[in-house]
Amino acid sequence: MKPAPFEYHAPRQLKDAAELLARLPNAKLLAGGQSLVPMMNFRYVIVDHLIDLGRLDELRGVAVVDGALRIGAMTRQRDLEFSPEVAKHCPLLAEALRHVGHRQTRNRGTIGGSLAHADPAAELPAVCAAYDATVHALSVRGIRRIAFREFCTGFMATALAPDEMIAAIDLPIWRLGHGHGFHEFSRRQGDFAIAGAAALLDVGADNVVRRATLTVFGVATAPLRVEAAEARLAGKPLDTAAIRAAAAAAWLVEPISDIHAGGDYRRHLAQVLSARALNDAARRAGVEA
Amino acid sequence: MGKQATRVIVNGKSHARVIDARLTLADFLRHELNLTGTHLGCEHGVCGACTVLVDGRTARSCLMFAVQANGCAVTTVEGLAPEGQLSVLQQAFIDNHGLQCGFCTPGMLMTLTELLRDTPAPSEQDVREALTGNLCRCTGYAGIVAAALDAAQRLREAVAKPGSP
Repeated sequence: MKPAPFEYHAPRQLKDAAELLARLPNAKLLAGGQSLVPMMNFRYVIVDHLIDLGRLDELRGVAVVDGALRIGAMTRQRDLEFSPEVAKHCPLLAEALRHVGHRQTRNRGTIGGSLAHADPAAELPAVCAAYDATVHALSVRGIRRIAFREFCTGFMATALAPDEMIAAIDLPIWRLGHGHGFHEFSRRQGDFAIAGAAALLDVGADNVVRRATLTVFGVATAPLRVEAAEARLAGKPLDTAAIRAAAAAAWLVEPISDIHAGGDYRRHLAQVLSARALNDAARRAGVEA
Repeated sequence: MGKQATRVIVNGKSHARVIDARLTLADFLRHELNLTGTHLGCEHGVCGACTVLVDGRTARSCLMFAVQANGCAVTTVEGLAPEGQLSVLQQAFIDNHGLQCGFCTPGMLMTLTELLRDTPAPSEQDVREALTGNLCRCTGYAGIVAAALDAAQRLREAVAKPGSP
């Protein structure tokens, strides 16, 4: 349960971090360490070089830029949980964070680390999928913007090149007054979800849905947008029947089976949790559905 | 390979060591500083026994390398009260049967110390949620929850009546 030896680097400048990552063989980035360090302790991961991003203050913070909430990759989950900007502009993120691990792990864990780790049952990738986030990938070659729908490429695999690191995440801001809902099922508070759902609804004064996203997670190798559900909702009046029909579309996902739950059970959960998330989103958008 | 000069302030005292980069903060506390009050259960961030405060926030010391704590202020269970004394929370654990074997207790105390600092009047639900990151295999948690609520009340009374114990 002790990690293999490695060389430790703690760059103070972002460009130094990018340069180290490009140059050093068998190197890994250390963000909050709440997933990587257990894997190193188990020696699932053995590195020659560990580049600690913890001293890079320029990767920390939240700001509104061009209609999006820009979050530095090294912003701690606990700081996002209580950020007034997050609560105002991206309340779905604030709600999801309460399900991310435990207080002790949120104190250390970062948003960028969670995305780079890309656990299929993790909450933060699901939130990024729901908002159509953009990931800023930084390397010595510059910044590359990756649409989140192209970010997760498989089970715990991302579109990041070996020399790229996440510098920031842009979450497009929805109209003030939109509704959000987030539900997951796990055996214990703080565990990874067996399945979960995140919903965003923008409903006009005429009760017609202007925009809707429904995301399920824990059921596939990456968070999944239920496009059939979104198509059923968008441009139509929001009522109980519409929500029921949209949630039923989550039934179509083909879930994974593992030691925690079978695929059929996950499919059932995806549907039930989608309905709850959509109901919460509708209520918060001012619709009694 | 990977030796690093590291200085950590632990319970108010500065300690400088040249250590392996792979040394976890937990092992640094236990083996370099002989502060064996911090316990190691699982060494992969599940049990919470090794919880300490890093710059005032709880962290699992098995999931941090000591070099990451360079320049940080760390508080361990040994720092909760002066030598020979107990904090209000520690006394409440004794009074409410909040421990049996005692293995999880240091982590429980650190987690609840942070909770009671930030949430002086927690509900039972608040306490139970805070404790989800700490495993106890003896008590069934009932005594620990009672101790936390008892300590919270004693601390509030102490604030209301300054000068009283």
